[in-house]
Amino acid sequence: MSEVFDLIVDHPFFAGMTRDQIKVVSETGTVVSYHEGQTIFTEGTDAVGPLLILSGDVALEMQTPGHGPQVILTLHSGDFLGWSWLYPPYRWTYDAHVHSNAEAIRFDGPGLKEASEVDPALGYELMKRFTEMLVNRMQSIRIQLLDVYSTPR
Amino acid sequence: MHPIPCRVRSVVRELEDTFTLDIEPPENDWGFAPGQFTMLYAFGVGEVPISISGDPNDPSRLVQTIRAVGPVTDALTAVSPGDTIGVRGPFGSSWPTKAVEGGDLLIITGGIGLAPLRPAILEVLANRDRYDNVTLLYGARSPGELLFADELQEWRGRFDLDVLITVDHGDRVWRGPVGVVTSLISRASFDPESTAAFVCGPEIMMRFTIQELQRKGITDDRLFASMERNMKCGIGLCGHCQFGRYFVCKEGPILSCAQMSGAFWTREV
Ligand SMILES: Cc1cc2nc3c(=O)[nH]c(=O)nc-3n(C[C@H](O)[C@H](O)[C@H](O)COP(=O)(O)OP(=O)(O)OC[C@H]3O[C@@H](n4cnc5c(N)ncnc54)[C@H](O)[C@@H]3O)c2cc1C
Ligand code: FES
Repeated sequence: MSEVFDLIVDHPFFAGMTRDQIKVVSETGTVVSYHEGQTIFTEGTDAVGPLLILSGDVALEMQTPGHGPQVILTLHSGDFLGWSWLYPPYRWTYDAHVHSNAEAIRFDGPGLKEASEVDPALGYELMKRFTEMLVNRMQSIRIQLLDVYSTPR
Repeated sequence: MHPIPCRVRSVVRELEDTFTLDIEPPENDWGFAPGQFTMLYAFGVGEVPISISGDPNDPSRLVQTIRAVGPVTDALTAVSPGDTIGVRGPFGSSWPTKAVEGGDLLIITGGIGLAPLRPAILEVLANRDRYDNVTLLYGARSPGELLFADELQEWRGRFDLDVLITVDHGDRVWRGPVGVVTSLISRASFDPESTAAFVCGPEIMMRFTIQELQRKGITDDRLFASMERNMKCGIGLCGHCQFGRYFVCKEGPILSCAQMSGAFWTREV
């Protein structure tokens, strides 16, 4: 099996998927490294596929007029980054900057989608996992928006 | 039970609206358990429950950290050294630091919630060899609003305590995590079967934290939260602080999730 397969086969994200399904996913992945301060992608550019962070820290930022870049979330070892590759117009909706040297697996979005079309069972397993991640992130952002630590006056 | 007039020794401004008072305790052999609170009386204004944030092993000091949110807390945080305030207590249940010895311990808190947990942290650190992994997860609004920032820094330097801090809103200088405190849970090292968790913060933060800990496999009898309810008598007489079948002033404020059995998720309880 490939290096990518060995890296993801025991990852909790893929728990419950068959080894064959994980093999298909692994074939779309490449191990990549980023150095501190590097920009992985910027808002509005083509969203080519998700990244699974193996080590290091990545900050998701949005540019705000007058305030510059605002960090909205940081992601760390074990986290998946990105879902814009799943839905039109397939463009990133924020910038991703490396806070500390990072290693990741970059998956090929079109390759994952093609494999899902060929094998809808695989597509369903992937969709369940990406939507769960999306729901969790949305829930977290809701709590951030509630500003629960602000002074209740 | 009447408030006992006690002299304020010192006042430290922790944050824009948060102050720590060092008060002369009501009696010589004064003592408290981590997690307990007192009723503090600002003469002529009113009385409110405030957790003790000091060291349980130092009975010579009554230390309380107060955020100014309304009339009474405004008055209490406007005192100067030498002023007198009224004190009743200590009251309520405590963090079960002894009962959870032998396993991993997660201490999860947000905002001013670090104050009621500080005595438990100090107690655990004073008996550090009695626990396996001890992890403090702390969430704050922004990097400039970290309570006890110097002490957090000191704790981060220890080899026997993992400290992870996240903020809801980062800035350009902050290089740490940004996101809700629950996002730190998966980064902590613990064995769910032998782990206990102490949780204190805004109720919504505690709800989601507890859900996440339950998902990780920590059982309800090992999950403890500090419930805050408005209080009047503080001694189980008036019913003001009722939460489900408990009076928070007496059976609480620290309750296990097994005790709360669903009341946490019931509206208007
Ligand atoms: C067991 C217990 C321990 C506490 N420990 C501390 C502590 O260590 N430090 C501290 O600063 N405060 C603590 N509190 C909260 C504190 O008692 C209240 O902030 C205080 O009663 C507010 O009184 P006030 O007259 O200043 O303002 P009020 O006019 O009574 O309230 C002002 C605003 O604060 C909100 N508020 C009041 N109480 C709470 C609460 N418990 N949680 C969230 N919002 C609230 C009100 O809804 C209102 O919007 C504790 C409360 C309890 C029950
Ligand atoms: S405050 Fe009166 S019963 Fe609790």
